[in-house]
Amino acid sequence: MRVHGLREELEHQGISRRDFLAFCASMAAVLGLPASAGPAIAAAVENEQKPILIWLEFQDCAGNTESLLRAGHPTVADLILDSISLSYHETLMAAAGSQAEQALTQAVRDNAGKYIALIEGSIPSDADGAYCMIGGKSALQIAREICGGAAATIAVGTCASFGGIPAARPNPTGALSVADAVPGVKNLINMSACPANAENITALIVYYLTLKRWPPLDQYRRPLFAYGKSIHDNCERRAHFDAGQYVDAWGDEAHRHGHCLYKMGCKGPATSQNCPVVRWNEGTNWPIGCGHPCIGCAEPNFWDTMTPFYQRLPNVAGFDVGSWVDPVGLGLTGLVAAAAVAHGVGEIVRHRIGSKASSEDGSEAE
Amino acid sequence: MAHIVVDPVTRIEGHLRVEAEVDGGVVKEAWSSSTMFRGVELILRGRDPRDAWAFAQRICGVCTTVHAIASIRAVEKAIGAVPPPNARILRNLIMAAQAVHDHVVHFYHLHALDWVDIVSALDADPAKTSSLAQSISDWPLSSTNYFSGVRTRIKAFIERGQLGIFANAYWGHPAYRLPPEANLMAVAHYLEALDFQRRFIKIHALLGGKNPHPQSFLVGGMATPVDPDSQSALNMDTITALDALVADGMAFVSRVYLPDVLAIASYYKDWASIGTGIGNYMAYGDYPEDDSENPQLFFPTGVIHNRNLANIETVDHAKITEQIAHSWYDYSVGDDKGLNPYKGETSPHYTGPKPPFERLDVAQKYSWLKSPRYDDAAMEVGPLARMLVAYSTGRPTRVKVLVDKVLKTLGVGPEALFSTLGRIAARAIETQVLVESMDRWVRDLAENMARREYRIQDNSKWDPASWPRDCLGAGFHEAPRGALGHWVHISNGSIANYQCVVPSTWNAGPRDASGHPGPYEAALVGTPVAKPEQPLEILRTVHSFDPCMACGVHVVDATKRELARVRVM
Repeated sequence: MRVHGLREELEHQGISRRDFLAFCASMAAVLGLPASAGPAIAAAVENEQKPILIWLEFQDCAGNTESLLRAGHPTVADLILDSISLSYHETLMAAAGSQAEQALTQAVRDNAGKYIALIEGSIPSDADGAYCMIGGKSALQIAREICGGAAATIAVGTCASFGGIPAARPNPTGALSVADAVPGVKNLINMSACPANAENITALIVYYLTLKRWPPLDQYRRPLFAYGKSIHDNCERRAHFDAGQYVDAWGDEAHRHGHCLYKMGCKGPATSQNCPVVRWNEGTNWPIGCGHPCIGCAEPNFWDTMTPFYQRLPNVAGFDVGSWVDPVGLGLTGLVAAAAVAHGVGEIVRHRIGSKASSEDGSEAE
Repeated sequence: MAHIVVDPVTRIEGHLRVEAEVDGGVVKEAWSSSTMFRGVELILRGRDPRDAWAFAQRICGVCTTVHAIASIRAVEKAIGAVPPPNARILRNLIMAAQAVHDHVVHFYHLHALDWVDIVSALDADPAKTSSLAQSISDWPLSSTNYFSGVRTRIKAFIERGQLGIFANAYWGHPAYRLPPEANLMAVAHYLEALDFQRRFIKIHALLGGKNPHPQSFLVGGMATPVDPDSQSALNMDTITALDALVADGMAFVSRVYLPDVLAIASYYKDWASIGTGIGNYMAYGDYPEDDSENPQLFFPTGVIHNRNLANIETVDHAKITEQIAHSWYDYSVGDDKGLNPYKGETSPHYTGPKPPFERLDVAQKYSWLKSPRYDDAAMEVGPLARMLVAYSTGRPTRVKVLVDKVLKTLGVGPEALFSTLGRIAARAIETQVLVESMDRWVRDLAENMARREYRIQDNSKWDPASWPRDCLGAGFHEAPRGALGHWVHISNGSIANYQCVVPSTWNAGPRDASGHPGPYEAALVGTPVAKPEQPLEILRTVHSFDPCMACGVHVVDATKRELARVRVM
């Protein structure tokens, strides 16, 4: 078999060099790199062999799979599907049954220690694993086998990252995150959110291909480029929060004019993700942009800690100060609010901190 | 007699296992088993009913709106909230966008590879492919050069040796019957549909903030403000963006999807008499056209028994029960009984073999799905059921026109609808009818803006203090895969009980207490299997239902909470 370079494949696919560089520049923006990094990304992506990706679905809704199908730049997202080798993905693959199992076995055998595992859905531990079985094996057995031999494991979505909805109170099936189900899993990265934003999944893969390492992570093993700031800090409605302009009822004048949704229950102050910047569906919109509060879907245990969704977060400093603060004091109020919000993340949302996953330097996946 | 196990059934949502006995090249008996369970209904208990839609929505990320819709409708019914006209229109648009998107993705990305041989496409003559494409449609991407480019792209992909999701499949299987040119055309449209679905679903981003899992639903209405004089509300920008997306949808469905279905079906007409199944069909009906208590529904409600299109019964929700004789649950009233969802129980109790295992004992319990029954009869739900009810009742008239046109083009009679091919055709017809209606609903939204009708929400029922202390409600929806119902019991402002009866439970459920099979199981009987080690034909009939297993296994109003019994960790 001939091995093509990516550039050659691009040409085969009728994708111009110009389109490709435009894609690389937009990727640089998603990753928070300077525009000058675009050519470096192009060089890195072009020189890579197709990496092997194995995507497994357990207690999932396929929402992250569907999200992946919405990925980015019209022509080049297609390319990214082509320029990685997606060796196993039950929702998309042509083969079924034993042919599918064979494809998985072969991909794992031929690429031991080199493939990247992507996990969608939580992993049930009760009833000997009978709450999720594929090909007669339990999800727990499969996850330990496949993640155990992977170069890195990416938990896609909040269920795989933190247990998600199956693990919500009372967790009827003993659902676990990847970190908890596969003790010692190597180089785990959690791409939480319900579902994970396709642009962030794509950006993570390009980051790895370009920089030859995995990105620095936050305390929940999420890449800083996507989860480094709170929704509140980047929110297009932040000025209204600082100015004390809040929506009080659905469809009222404040709601129609895009004022702050904090009083309607917005969890933006306690949620870290880049939704306000990257937005969704190729930058079309995002939940707050369409008038609904953030529900905190990227945070551990958000189904329990962020509910009731329409009740406002307690103790977010800066709330309701804008209505009396004078123009000179406004900047200060903003700073105080930001600091208090950062503090609030730990205070308000009492998630389990730390993970059982290991990595070579302890703080970043490798 | 060969015993075939297909597990995992791929190109579906969720986890499905099919076991079948094949004798003389034909399926004699089949068993459908769902192998995943989460317990969303139990998780809903004790929570704020206004939050329920977000939880229920996560039952499925493919049909990502349907459980949210059924949930808000159930809660609204219980507490007496009445959504204003804009909310009805926005919901209709969101639901229709979901169905159109879902059906296109199903046909091209989940089902087509059962009929289309990608490898054979390499042998196609691009000029002949162009002639073929231009003979069935005026879609502009049809030149010789275009198909030549697609063929080159596929060739390069295959020669590179990393086949990814196309590896180890059934290429060259004798059941593939399309000429290379039809295969190449279909592969080109597989790729185009991948682009199309991503564009079209931006309707959900406009009206719901994002997709998957749009986030603009509210009990009592919608969270998207409507105001043509604000840049932070649905305005004329939105209307023009919707117009463009709907026009794009119209073009793709009428000039690519529907013609492709007809072209491919013409090579597989024998599948118009395979996969019939139980022959009972049920549709709740949906897409309310007015704001009265019992609105006119764009897709009508009805029950069909034994393929008798002359007699359409009205659905009586009280006749719905769920049985568990072959499902991994216990009932306090006995496992041979059926329970109406208002009294539903879901106490999971796995009694199957301990994994890893080779075979299920299908004489015992063998699925995480229950067996829903209507008046004790199994019912097929979905696009075929809806189109049959619409065809027989004569409304909407477009359904009758399109069904007759499709039957005439293929040279078959109405009896051909009761089949694997019939399900595929019904889905495409429904897509066409819905995408046409979307234009009308966009106009309705614009007209409301013109008359300064900006209301989006019934705020009078937002405060739980305004609710009855104890109330029940049921919400119904025609989801892409069929009739969906949610039943909720609210007590003192929180959820006391929650039950869902879901399309894939109706279709994929196991045998009931009387031993009668579910629709998948019945439809598989008689399906030819040329090579038991490569059961492509089984996938054809199962995929024609568009399985969505995470939806099917809902669960749990555990009256017995013995759930954490066997904790491993």
